[in-house]
Amino acid sequence: MDADIEDVREKFLNLDFDEKTFEVDPEVTIEYAKLCGETAERFLNKDHPDFQAPPTYIASLSGRRSLPENFPRFGIGMDAGKGVECLQPVRPGTTITGKTHLHDIYTKTGRSGRMIFVVTRLEFYDAEGKHLANSDSRMVMREKSK
Amino acid sequence: MTVDTLKDVEFGVDLPAFVPDTTLETVKTFAKLIGWGGARFSDHEAARKEGLPGAMVPGVLSQGYLVAMIHNWAPSAQIKAIDTIFRAPVIADDAHTITGVVTDIDEDNSVVEIDLTVVNEKGETRVFGTATVSFPS
Repeated sequence: MDADIEDVREKFLNLDFDEKTFEVDPEVTIEYAKLCGETAERFLNKDHPDFQAPPTYIASLSGRRSLPENFPRFGIGMDAGKGVECLQPVRPGTTITGKTHLHDIYTKTGRSGRMIFVVTRLEFYDAEGKHLANSDSRMVMREKSK
Repeated sequence: MTVDTLKDVEFGVDLPAFVPDTTLETVKTFAKLIGWGGARFSDHEAARKEGLPGAMVPGVLSQGYLVAMIHNWAPSAQIKAIDTIFRAPVIADDAHTITGVVTDIDEDNSVVEIDLTVVNEKGETRVFGTATVSFPS
């Protein structure tokens, strides 16, 4: 791995740099599920015994910042993908807390030069501190030519 | 055809094709719902001025379509993880189809892996995804 990326990894990986709470509104999660095309009752019916937000709902929640302060700007960032890991259902009508850290930083080099990938992870917890889910956003920055 | 348990799932089987609602009206409503008010999600002309071919479907909505497709096929399945790569914009009002294929079955843990793609009318893949899904044992 390139020395500059090793340095950035050492300085920034796995350190929480943001925390934000989110009200999980049942009306919003139901509408979210409908617009995605969900038909399962547990996402659409408030009275269902297992009523829950659709699994990818958390991917629509953003922290106050996606990169830590003083993170180097290698180039313009573009959305390269999203991942969601579901550990427990997210229950509408509750308040959840999202804590953000950088989960991975790596590079790929192609004909047009080096691209830096940064994975920002939001970890979501319920009021009791139970870990509910993770939402990863992959950003790619094409390095400015030197 | 829907499946209920892991025993109903066959390796290599194609999930029933899913046609997502990518109309501009739906995309606009979704973007507003999640607080993404940019014109690129609500107005074809404004999106073209930004250099896009038209108003685009937010990536999280594409991801939501993939999960809905799995639930339509297997209503009792639980999504454990889904990873998506946005290869190119999904343009609102263009017809798209989602395909899925079962690529792995872990009988010990009652989990299957599914590869998913969002393809436009020209047959161009816009989004790739891989989901890990658990079934009631």
